[in-house]
Amino acid sequence: MKSFIEYIVSIFKGLWTLLIGMKVTGKYFFTPWKNVTQQYPENREKLVMFERFRGEVIMLHNENNEHSCNGCGICEINCPNGSIEIISKSILTADGKKKRIIDQHIYHLGMCTLCNLCVKACPSGALAMGQNFEHAVWDRSLLTKVLNQEGSTIAENVKEE
Amino acid sequence: MGFNFYDFTALTHNIHVGLVEGFSPFMATTLEWVIVGTAYLLFVALFGLLLVYAERKVCAAFQQRLGPMRVGYWGLLQTIADFIKLLMKELIMPRKADRFLYNLAPFIVIIASFLAIAVIPFAPGLQSLDFDIGLFYLTSVSSVGVIGILLAGWSSNNKYSLIGAMRSGAQILSYELSVSLSLLTMIVFAGSMQFSTIVEGQRDGWYLFTGHIPSLVAFIVFLIAGTAETNRGPFDLAEAESELTAGFHTEYSGIKFAFFFLAEYINLFIISAVAATVFLGGWMPLHFGHLEAFNHAMDVIPPLVWFFLKVFGVIFIIMWFKWTFPRLRVDQILTLEWKYLLPINLINILLMAFIVLTKFHF
Repeated sequence: MKSFIEYIVSIFKGLWTLLIGMKVTGKYFFTPWKNVTQQYPENREKLVMFERFRGEVIMLHNENNEHSCNGCGICEINCPNGSIEIISKSILTADGKKKRIIDQHIYHLGMCTLCNLCVKACPSGALAMGQNFEHAVWDRSLLTKVLNQEGSTIAENVKEE
Repeated sequence: MGFNFYDFTALTHNIHVGLVEGFSPFMATTLEWVIVGTAYLLFVALFGLLLVYAERKVCAAFQQRLGPMRVGYWGLLQTIADFIKLLMKELIMPRKADRFLYNLAPFIVIIASFLAIAVIPFAPGLQSLDFDIGLFYLTSVSSVGVIGILLAGWSSNNKYSLIGAMRSGAQILSYELSVSLSLLTMIVFAGSMQFSTIVEGQRDGWYLFTGHIPSLVAFIVFLIAGTAETNRGPFDLAEAESELTAGFHTEYSGIKFAFFFLAEYINLFIISAVAATVFLGGWMPLHFGHLEAFNHAMDVIPPLVWFFLKVFGVIFIIMWFKWTFPRLRVDQILTLEWKYLLPINLINILLMAFIVLTKFHF
């Protein structure tokens, strides 16, 4: 008798759990405005990537075209697949001392795995991950980029090498 | 030749009279066969495409996606493009496959679907076979398809196909019982197996409502067993994309694969149409006993529209099942059938017979 009651209860319990499942998916079906699909080329203007998205390595520049890279080369050492090359040059400062600063921070996007190690390793916070992900180009050489902008200088408060 | 959207009897009768007058009796019969066959072929092909599109859209909505959106307005031409692609694919014959059975299997499956669709009443006058054992005939021919599935799995010379076919066979044979018994409950209630009589009997209210609890239970059992019989999720372990690649039609490609695919969706339509006809009144508009004004307003909507509204309602529920429930194991499927659905069905028939005998129904 007891097992018979259990049998009857199991039928209704089973039906009830099925109805709960159908309620969940039904809620998805009848609220189509909550769909997660984004139609990419159409929403290009309004598309906002999420905060931690890694599109490419960029060097941060402020409004005076100044960056914080002192050309120490730690990012180059930390890069596991050699995507970064630091080319430095020597200049004479105002008080007649020789100083080594960054000339070109070369970044090979084609080799980069976007592992974020260079950004983490940079002692002066010069590098960051950009949000741009449309990297298609017609020629492979275009994937080699110079990260410090033309005519940019090192910011005042960056500590010397 | 007047065209009446509410009753096609005159239209089909006029066509028949015209053909008999214009041709010899033999030619007239042959021409009628050709016309009816072409109509069904066209309907099956177009409705199959529509169902595939609907399935993809409904599935997408259940998973908070959009589904096909690129080909045509809201992806409407997507299935047509897919179909053209399927037609142009190479027909592959596995080595050591049984050539004759391998080629025969898709035709058996699709012929079973075509045989079953013949008795479905779409609207008054739009039914090619209306004889006194309609429901019995339908349950018989719809199970012929399992032979095609078994042959397909057997002749492909592929162990996954064979496992899929065997699972499918065990499943369809078991659930055939539940489908037949739940229909038997309604036959007891309706007192007839003829589709036209069953539909006519629901003029004052659908059997789902007039039959009290037994017909409601029979409806639920029929939906479950019907879903299992069409090999759809959550009972799709015969195909089980993730474990058996595709089950019995793994080795098929091109138009032969399209036949299996089409038969699957036509079976979905047949199960839904039978559910709509037996439980929801078929093409009969929604009527409540004495609400004359309401009944007249419902009569304005043509029977064909009523029929397809109900069919799409049932199809939607079955799709809802598919995209909600996880797939059952073989032992769970057999437990559900033999330990639950069968005893419930038998008690249900008793209850229905009691209700009919005491005239407790409306």
